[in-house]
Amino acid sequence: MNAIILSAAFGVMMMLCSFLLKNKGSLRHIASIALLILLVANIADTYGHTMFLINTHGMLLFNRFGMLFNSIAIGSTFVYVLLTGKEIEKTGTYVAEYFVLIFFVLCGVTLLSSYNNLLTLFLGIEIMSIPLYILTGSDKRNMKSNEAALKYFLMGAFSTGLMLMGIALTYGGTGTFNMEAVRTFPNIYKGLASFLEILGLLFLLVSMAFKVSAAPFHFWTPDVYDGAPSVFTSFMATIVKAAGFIAFIKLCAVRMNETSGVVNWQMIYAILIVATLLVGNITAVFQQSVKRMLAYSSIAQAGFMLFSLISLNDLAYEGILLYAAAYSLATIGIFAILVKMKDISLEGYNGLAKTQPALAATNMVFLLSLSGIPLTAGFFAKYYMLAAVLKTGTYTWLVIVGVLFAAVSVYYYFRVIQAMYFKEGNPQTEVITPSFKYGVIALAALIILLGIFPNLILNWLYF
Amino acid sequence: MIALLLILIPLFSGLITFFIKGEKDAKSWSLFASVLTLAVVFAGVFNLFDTAQSSYDAAWLSALGARFSIGLDGMGKMLCLLNAIAFPIVFGAVYNNDYKKPASFYGLMLLMQTGLMGVFLSTDCLLFYFFWELALIPAYFLCSTWGGEKRIQVTFKFFIYTFVGSLLMLVGILYVYFKTPDHSFALQSFYNAKLSTGEENFAFWLFFLAFAIKMPIFPLHTWQPDTYEQSPTAVTMILSGVMVKMGLFAAIRWLVPVFPHAALYYSHFIIILSVTGMLYASLIAIRQDDIKRMIAYSSIAHIGLMCAAIFSSEETGMQGVMIQMFNHGINVIGLWIVAEAIETQLGTRKFSELGGLARKAPALAILLVVMALANIALPLTNAFVGEFLMFNGLFRYNVWIAAIAGISIILAAVYTLNMIQKIFYGNTSIATENAKDIGMGTKIMLIVLVVIVVVLGVYPQPMMQLTNDTVQSVLIKFHL
Repeated sequence: MNAIILSAAFGVMMMLCSFLLKNKGSLRHIASIALLILLVANIADTYGHTMFLINTHGMLLFNRFGMLFNSIAIGSTFVYVLLTGKEIEKTGTYVAEYFVLIFFVLCGVTLLSSYNNLLTLFLGIEIMSIPLYILTGSDKRNMKSNEAALKYFLMGAFSTGLMLMGIALTYGGTGTFNMEAVRTFPNIYKGLASFLEILGLLFLLVSMAFKVSAAPFHFWTPDVYDGAPSVFTSFMATIVKAAGFIAFIKLCAVRMNETSGVVNWQMIYAILIVATLLVGNITAVFQQSVKRMLAYSSIAQAGFMLFSLISLNDLAYEGILLYAAAYSLATIGIFAILVKMKDISLEGYNGLAKTQPALAATNMVFLLSLSGIPLTAGFFAKYYMLAAVLKTGTYTWLVIVGVLFAAVSVYYYFRVIQAMYFKEGNPQTEVITPSFKYGVIALAALIILLGIFPNLILNWLYF
Repeated sequence: MIALLLILIPLFSGLITFFIKGEKDAKSWSLFASVLTLAVVFAGVFNLFDTAQSSYDAAWLSALGARFSIGLDGMGKMLCLLNAIAFPIVFGAVYNNDYKKPASFYGLMLLMQTGLMGVFLSTDCLLFYFFWELALIPAYFLCSTWGGEKRIQVTFKFFIYTFVGSLLMLVGILYVYFKTPDHSFALQSFYNAKLSTGEENFAFWLFFLAFAIKMPIFPLHTWQPDTYEQSPTAVTMILSGVMVKMGLFAAIRWLVPVFPHAALYYSHFIIILSVTGMLYASLIAIRQDDIKRMIAYSSIAHIGLMCAAIFSSEETGMQGVMIQMFNHGINVIGLWIVAEAIETQLGTRKFSELGGLARKAPALAILLVVMALANIALPLTNAFVGEFLMFNGLFRYNVWIAAIAGISIILAAVYTLNMIQKIFYGNTSIATENAKDIGMGTKIMLIVLVVIVVVLGVYPQPMMQLTNDTVQSVLIKFHL
């Protein structure tokens, strides 16, 4: 509860700062301090120190899983603001508003990690999405940014519509919005799954697939991620996407799972996974712009996160959290370096190892983590995803398809490494301050640490 | 403790090397570190300390059932010895070469040694997988940074090939892990895993593909000649001398004992593949005009014989593999040193541009001839013992296959003697007119190798005793 209320409150606070504070440079410092407080408050909440005791009538359910995800999301946002805060300021004139919107997104994220009712799911998705539409269009003079914002808004509105219809239909089929109630009280069709419920769940599945950009509902992703200012793409592709997965996995674990006697949901997920891995990986291979490559790679990574829907066992829950952390941290790092580059095409990275050895080395660690090489956090993220499916004993073929696509992903991630290390060039970067350098080095060290001891994160689930 | 030191010394010395500024300092430091590792291996092999020192076990990921456990058995000792001998020899042989960014070069080399040591030492499957990959990453950077003209594409092919193999192996590891009685990655748990025939056959291929790519076995060998040709020779020496042994080693430790029935079931198919590869590679080697490519193909042929001998499931064959893993490492490194000496001095590796070198460089000629004779397994050289035992095993398995595989001995003589003739005899060419003999460092390293070749050729008994325990334990699994 702490995180939901405080993030909304900090959003309002930042709004007040926008006209009370003359010095815009101090805004990001205020934002990072607020994020730190938010993180501490959330960890306190995990151990039972709740500041706000509100009876939500079962609309929200707080558990370790959701709390840990909150910590990961807030922590990643903290790292994100520390590394790219300066670039956020440079995006436009309404600096404070950007931070406001980020806090509101976090409010939606924390709601999604604890929803226990289809209405709160809807609320969370909307609170999370609407600020993002604005952030996407924040570069007002740029036509691409405007186009992306409009596209994102239209597609988002469409998927929201589907979600509402889905919620209405399942309500018609079960007579409740509640997540848990269906299990305990047989629905009006006396425990049988009705046609309405199944149809509603299908609608919900499609709308969630939209949000996490699973193929074939991914078409908005490359354009939006490419058009939005790079700093905000970083935020959208990591924390927001991971939150979508947390909501998705919960929906599947409860609602879809109950009707698994009627519909073979796992087969539907398997088709989604193969399509997503195929589209994301194969298209990423052909990209010349690193930013657009990362957009497709985020689709490909989503394919891996979808593995958790098939297994839905303890390893899957641990795995999705680890994946969220590993993927978010690595992608934030890559984008932090990307926004410092003058030329974000693949050629723009040529020879970076010579001019900026620290940036090249850390970027390499981030890319190795995304491709899932051992000793990086990304390896254990993939490991858990594969292990969770293998533990179920079925869908072994899917795991093999998955690792083959993981090998494809090496191709495009390593092209960046090749450009940085083995090609000659004179890449232009913005001024790199020593504090930024130490920031990315610390982030890379964290990723390697998690790659050796993934329990550093997972122990929070149990202790 | 000994086992732990074998990993820690190269790891930390490698990391330190990255921060050394001067070229001379980086060279001498890495040479010193590799000699130190060699000293520790000697202590381990000759049991200077009590045997409790040769393994180490610590908690790592208790929730997953993975431990940081390493230990030395006979085969592990033998390969650690090879690994530890190879690096000082390579560093010594290339001591006079100038690499750009020497600190990174030597640092990555030592990290590669760490990975190789870890592979030979680990008795936990997840840890084994970690080191398996850890050996690959430095190799990728070494080849792509310091290699030849087409290095980037070629090395990338090598990387993707082996990475696909490793990922399939990871699936296999997890597959077996869920069938182990105590859900653990420990070697003994893997040996006790309860797999039905179908499951065993399936998981066998997931593992075997990874190892077959690494060895490499026909038809998965296509990355190998290009990579050997394009890599800097110092790295090629390690790749062909030590790294390909990872595949053979892993097959003996992690494949055959874990899936004995599947190994027996598919042995005929795999032996036929290996023998096909032997003949195929030998025939191509005859047609090569480049020293490096010729050695690369000859290496495929030798590895094919070793793989066939493993799956022949005969005691003599298995003993032959053990000895030959070590000997092939020594011999092939010797050949690469000669190739490197010729290339750095004369600027060409083509037979057609060389000739008459024996008159200009007599010491090199003599040393190369010994190495070449070892390559065709002449009696009194080390390779004779190994190849004889392996053919013996293959003969007991199937006479016809052994006879066909025997053709490759003749072919090996053809291409190796052809190489000697074209490089060292005949008229001098433009390239060799002003050739000088090899330098002191290269000479010493080659002499060391020649001594090992002859000593092990005359008296192979210690090596056989060292690895006998592994041979027996694997064969027991095979014939259950």
